[in-house]
Amino acid sequence: MTEFIQKLREDKVGLIGLIGVLIVIVLALLAPLIAPYAPDEMHTEQVMHSPSSEFLFGTDEFGRDIFSRIVYGAQVSLQVGLIAVGIGATFGLIFGLLAGFYQGKLDSIIMRIMDIFFAFPDILLALTIIAVLGPSLTNTMVAIGIVFTPVFTRLIRSAVLTVKENEYILNAKAVGVSNIKIILKHITPNVMAPFIVQITLALSGAILTEAALSFLGLGVQPPNPSWGVMLNESRAYMEFAPWMTIFPVAAIIITIFCFNLLGDSLRDLLDPKLRQ
Amino acid sequence: MPGNPIGVTQRGRAFLILDIKKSLDLHRIFLKGENMYAYIIRRLLMVIPVLLGVSIVIFFTLRVIPGDVAQTILGTSATEESLAALRGRFGLDLPVYEQYFMWISGIVIGDFGVSMRTGAEILPEIISRFAITFELTMLAAIISWIVAIPLGIIAGIRRNTKTDFSVRIISLFGVSIPNFALATILILILSLAFNYSPPVGYVGFFADPVTNLKILFLPAFVLGTAMAGAVMRMTRSSILEILRQDFIRTVRAKGVKERIVIFNHAFKNALIPILTIIGMQVGVLLGGTVIIEQIFSLPGLGQMVLTGINQRDFTVVQGAILFIAFVFMLINLLVDLLYSYLDPRIKYK
Repeated sequence: MTEFIQKLREDKVGLIGLIGVLIVIVLALLAPLIAPYAPDEMHTEQVMHSPSSEFLFGTDEFGRDIFSRIVYGAQVSLQVGLIAVGIGATFGLIFGLLAGFYQGKLDSIIMRIMDIFFAFPDILLALTIIAVLGPSLTNTMVAIGIVFTPVFTRLIRSAVLTVKENEYILNAKAVGVSNIKIILKHITPNVMAPFIVQITLALSGAILTEAALSFLGLGVQPPNPSWGVMLNESRAYMEFAPWMTIFPVAAIIITIFCFNLLGDSLRDLLDPKLRQ
Repeated sequence: MPGNPIGVTQRGRAFLILDIKKSLDLHRIFLKGENMYAYIIRRLLMVIPVLLGVSIVIFFTLRVIPGDVAQTILGTSATEESLAALRGRFGLDLPVYEQYFMWISGIVIGDFGVSMRTGAEILPEIISRFAITFELTMLAAIISWIVAIPLGIIAGIRRNTKTDFSVRIISLFGVSIPNFALATILILILSLAFNYSPPVGYVGFFADPVTNLKILFLPAFVLGTAMAGAVMRMTRSSILEILRQDFIRTVRAKGVKERIVIFNHAFKNALIPILTIIGMQVGVLLGGTVIIEQIFSLPGLGQMVLTGINQRDFTVVQGAILFIAFVFMLINLLVDLLYSYLDPRIKYK
């Protein structure tokens, strides 16, 4: 662990990513303290006001402070990211462990179901699920979680297949350790490295998918301050009030960029092949 | 590689020791690959159960929607007679499994049914819209290859130089910029600088190629950016990996020109992982068209799905998504088969 932290310190690109991610987390956690106004507070006298000392990023068509909405938007993005990835990762871990460890029929059934989900482009699968559940914040998280489950399942399954051939697993079996105990105590900790890397990369994917769905009007619903919603709302006014477009775009790009930088570095640090 | 749907890749890479020039000899592949046709047929047959699974998932998922579909379509003011007529017309009064069998048996003979909203035949609509989506996807892919592959090679050759660093940052930005955000910001910049607005209406390629390309260039450029980022990164890392191998040192020791070392030896060997990422990205492109078609008002398949979802026109949604899933699977199959052209040492089992 110490070696890992030391390496992360040396990796400047990864460090930039980590700092960026930490800033987003701080913004989300301390939103009420950082944002000068409530996200839905309207200043009807100052509609589409350009950036100024009073409104750092300007105001939108309802006179809402864009800076405050961006700060609160970090909460939405992180919430969706964490819960959606949490759903995908949990189910992926369970299915992947079961398929990889038991193999045989169970493996075939699980993986064929995952093949079916892989046959859809991500956004289309999410759209189909949203079409059924209806657009809302919760349903967006569920839809993205379902979309991410097959990726985690395949990853964990392939990691389990490698790990279970190790001698210590064969030894544990030979001395009669139960399957559940082997899975939980010996296999799960050894598939954590790729799992963590995938979680970091999936977080950026989930934030991006939420923004895309909200942009299409099928994700988080107004007046919630989602960056995708803000961007969609800005389209009608972009020529008169470009700040309404520029700041949500910047927030989305910087956040995803930082998560990708961090994910890339973690992959390099945790992948034994690349480490060499 | 996590989430890599093409299991053959890792194995393929292990074989990359020798000069691959001979493997590009098609005759040799087909003479040697007597199992090739059997493999293709088996893979095509494997598409059927997955497609059936996809059809079941789509159909039953859309039927889970709470409330009466007929009521949703006709509105609350509809009379009981008109509701019953609509239910009868689309078989909505039958048990769900019967509805499914009716639908899927129609699909098998190429009858995708009619739109619940407009009554128009779905398959001709899918085909005409797919032509637009296909052209957009291909244009995006070509733009991304033209940019990404040369830059990736240059970055790989000039590792740790300013050029390499710039390419890496550009590619990571390419991967990180969502296409809808890039589209919005480009439209904003172009409208402020040149008074540009996305063209209204669509003209087919064969009707007027110049106007068609004018309409499609910006959407294709936006769509291709993310793919370019991914392909650039993969090209760079593959070239780096290959350049470290012994056979490259041998070729160089023989005094072969560097240009030939790079293009005839290193690049050809680096193609398999590049092809993998391209195959995976085409799926992403297909998904991406949903948003891009919406932003640029292109009447493609993605927009058809989105309009179908917004209007709750389920026959359209299920038909269009099944078709996209079919195309997506065919592309993945095609990519798998292309490996053989690049490396016949990959066995088909």
